[in-house]
Amino acid sequence: MYRSHVLVCGGSGCTSAGAPKILEVLNKEIAKAGIKNEVSVVETGCHGLCDYGPIVVVYPGPTFYSKVRPEDIPEIVNEHLVNGQVVSRLVHNAEITDEGIKSINETDFYKKQYRIALRNCGIINPENIEEYIATGGYEALGRVLTQYTPEQVIQIIIDSGLRGRGGGGFPTGIKWKLARANDADQKYVCCNADEGDPGAFMDRSVLEGDPHVVLEAMTIAGYAIGASQGYIYIRAEYPLAIERLNKAIAQAREYGLLGKDIFGTGFNFDIELRLGAGAFVCGEETALMTSIEGNRGEPRPRPPFPAQKGLFQKPTLLNNVETYANIPQIILNGPEWFSSMGTEKSKGTKVFALGGKIRNTGLVEIPMGTTLREVVEDIGGGIPNNKKFKAAQTGGPSGGCIPASKYDIPIDYDNLVGIGSMMGSGGLIVMDEDNCMVDIAKFFLEFTVDESCGKCTPCRVGTKRLYEILDKITKGNGTMEDLDKLEELCVYIKENALCGLGQSAPNPVLSTLRYFRDEYIAHVKDKKCPAAVCKALLSYVIDPNACRGCTLCARSCPNNAISGKVKEAHVIDQDKCVKCGVCKEKCRFGAILIR
Amino acid sequence: MGVKHCTVPFAGTKEQHEKLLAVIAELKDQKGALMPIMQKAQEIYGYLPIEVQSIISNELNVPLEKIYGIATFYSQFALNPKGKYQISVCLGTACYVKGSGDILLKLKELLNISDGECTPDGKFSLDCCRCVGACGLAPVMMINGDVYGKITPDDVEEILAKYE
Amino acid sequence: MKSLEELREIRERMRAEIGLDKDRFNKTRVVVGMATCGLASGAKPVFDALSNMVNEKGLTNVSVVPTGCIGLCQYEPIVEVIEPGKDKVTYIKMTPEKVLEIVDQHLVRGNIVRKYTISEMVG
Repeated sequence: MYRSHVLVCGGSGCTSAGAPKILEVLNKEIAKAGIKNEVSVVETGCHGLCDYGPIVVVYPGPTFYSKVRPEDIPEIVNEHLVNGQVVSRLVHNAEITDEGIKSINETDFYKKQYRIALRNCGIINPENIEEYIATGGYEALGRVLTQYTPEQVIQIIIDSGLRGRGGGGFPTGIKWKLARANDADQKYVCCNADEGDPGAFMDRSVLEGDPHVVLEAMTIAGYAIGASQGYIYIRAEYPLAIERLNKAIAQAREYGLLGKDIFGTGFNFDIELRLGAGAFVCGEETALMTSIEGNRGEPRPRPPFPAQKGLFQKPTLLNNVETYANIPQIILNGPEWFSSMGTEKSKGTKVFALGGKIRNTGLVEIPMGTTLREVVEDIGGGIPNNKKFKAAQTGGPSGGCIPASKYDIPIDYDNLVGIGSMMGSGGLIVMDEDNCMVDIAKFFLEFTVDESCGKCTPCRVGTKRLYEILDKITKGNGTMEDLDKLEELCVYIKENALCGLGQSAPNPVLSTLRYFRDEYIAHVKDKKCPAAVCKALLSYVIDPNACRGCTLCARSCPNNAISGKVKEAHVIDQDKCVKCGVCKEKCRFGAILIR
Repeated sequence: MGVKHCTVPFAGTKEQHEKLLAVIAELKDQKGALMPIMQKAQEIYGYLPIEVQSIISNELNVPLEKIYGIATFYSQFALNPKGKYQISVCLGTACYVKGSGDILLKLKELLNISDGECTPDGKFSLDCCRCVGACGLAPVMMINGDVYGKITPDDVEEILAKYE
Repeated sequence: MKSLEELREIRERMRAEIGLDKDRFNKTRVVVGMATCGLASGAKPVFDALSNMVNEKGLTNVSVVPTGCIGLCQYEPIVEVIEPGKDKVTYIKMTPEKVLEIVDQHLVRGNIVRKYTISEMVG
């Protein structure tokens, strides 16, 4: 185990700027300092900062050194690697460049990102295979087919520490190994592109911006497990991604990168698309395969696991889009490069779709272990309209809400599970003080009730009952016993549902009960919604000190619920008020309050 | 997945029928061909009435119950015809926290239909959808593939007017 | 594809073409974010206006290409101009009208239209 990793960019920009010399001096100095066993030196692919090359990156950190000259190396080794002091004069300073115009890479939005899965998105033309090849595309496949055995490929993936990016976080290399271990006349490689979490669009962006990376990785997987056929199961709601994938498949066939005798090695592999038809449960692996077979997409009990009997009863490997998007870079840069990023058990980066109450909505890729605060405040630009951060929701309907008290927790698989949420596929929705957490829990349960396939009772009936109790609470009819019942039912569903969808469906309820119990209690005991969202619990009142008696509200009220004399404070009759909010909109003095 | 019964009489043409038969002939030997065939059938007819399901059932020799089961399982398959202009309101999380629920209410009020239904003149149909992946523009609604982002309930009437 | 050499030949040729090989890059590359978020914000008319204008002005040294999601959905449509030996310039919230100004000023005359760049508009 090395305590530090030093990455020297071996992209052609840095190479021409003198990276080989840097590498040589670096190794010499490290040996001289006697820390050869503590520090590993890795040559990597392009970081995309070619103008600032040669680039040297030191992990943990990472610290980016730019325009490094051989004579700077002794200082980096002695100060940083030996004494732990960053050499600030060499740190890449992304301030002002050419003519005072800040380039996009230097905005706060990009600074804390590190792009592996998204490396080509927004850079290349996704409809031109040659542009993908220009950035090193299909090189990994070529090397794998001509230089590695399937076992070596699997070992590289295991060593990298890559875990499934679709949600559960199962070690990818182990999955490959299991699929290889089962002998069969036919095996399949599948790609889960049925990105159904509301608020998540990472996979769509990869498919639209860099479709070939998925094709290349699936072909590598096919070689590793011994399969000749791949299927991509993609949502029909993503027409552009489907179009680009179809074009990419056609081009790859034309260039002989799919089909027969790839790279003249005798290896055959081809890929077909299958379109989903709008069923969230089909993102679950067994349901997805059942759907490709042409059935109602209901999950199957496991075992047998897909690696034994998957699609069409044959051994099958299934990974999601983002997982595949990491594979070629791991092959090219080596497993040490990948595992030098991230936390102890979560390596590499993760793509998140930022949405909700946040200034910069969009797609970000960050090293595992970045804190939620950094993502929301630094990259996301914080909460707009001077509102306060209340919670972030990750993992969609299977995840939970992370409260402000966990703002500084490093994001990785295990930490998120520990605080009652999950990584999920990567939707990250920010909520402010105007969002009611009971209402959010109800929103997710409504989703799960609608999407439950109906095969097992705990999910079909249980989620419906959860929804009804939540609905009762938001209408002001809840009791304290209801809160206990909610918890009890949640635990029961978690333990007894057949598939991941059902087992994780109670998470939004459990996490909001855990961190925002006072909001539930306010709904139940005080019959109030603190965020002023649940309509049944709101009442509109007029502040007699602010009211000027202009009569505008009384004239606008559709139900004549407001009375009062000219130039005197008005009053709202609560029995007549339908809570439409027109009076609040009309009042010029801010005298209408919501309680 | 509420299933509403079809009240509009079936009016398939001979041309559509022939197209469907050609699709079936082309795809039937593929593994797991049923879903792709049903998707193409919906493209041809615009929806999947029981008459079309029967044709597929007969041609593939698959029980009608199975086809009906699939048609009602997936939200993409419609047993009712759609309006000339298909409105869908995104109720994904990002849109929801930014108020797409109010957009839906406004549409229901203006069109006097609820989601999953079509106006009596066949002009507008209203559906909710999960994320369309344009979360940066939330809240979002789509009319026949045109995306309207960052809308408020007050904008809805004006947008609908474009389709009068 | 029969060999790695064949792949590497394409790569070498294309690296110059798309500006990865700084020394041999001699064209101006203009990319337009055309993933779903970009298209929903109106990237198609922007792309069409750009291509037409570049053709009309006979700028044979400029290539206009679509690309995927740049990541900043709320600033779409985004257009980036990459010129040999210079920093990439990112223009945001583009319209067909603004794009004409960029062709006229930036691509023809070499003057960056500061008011539309991300650093000016966002800070």
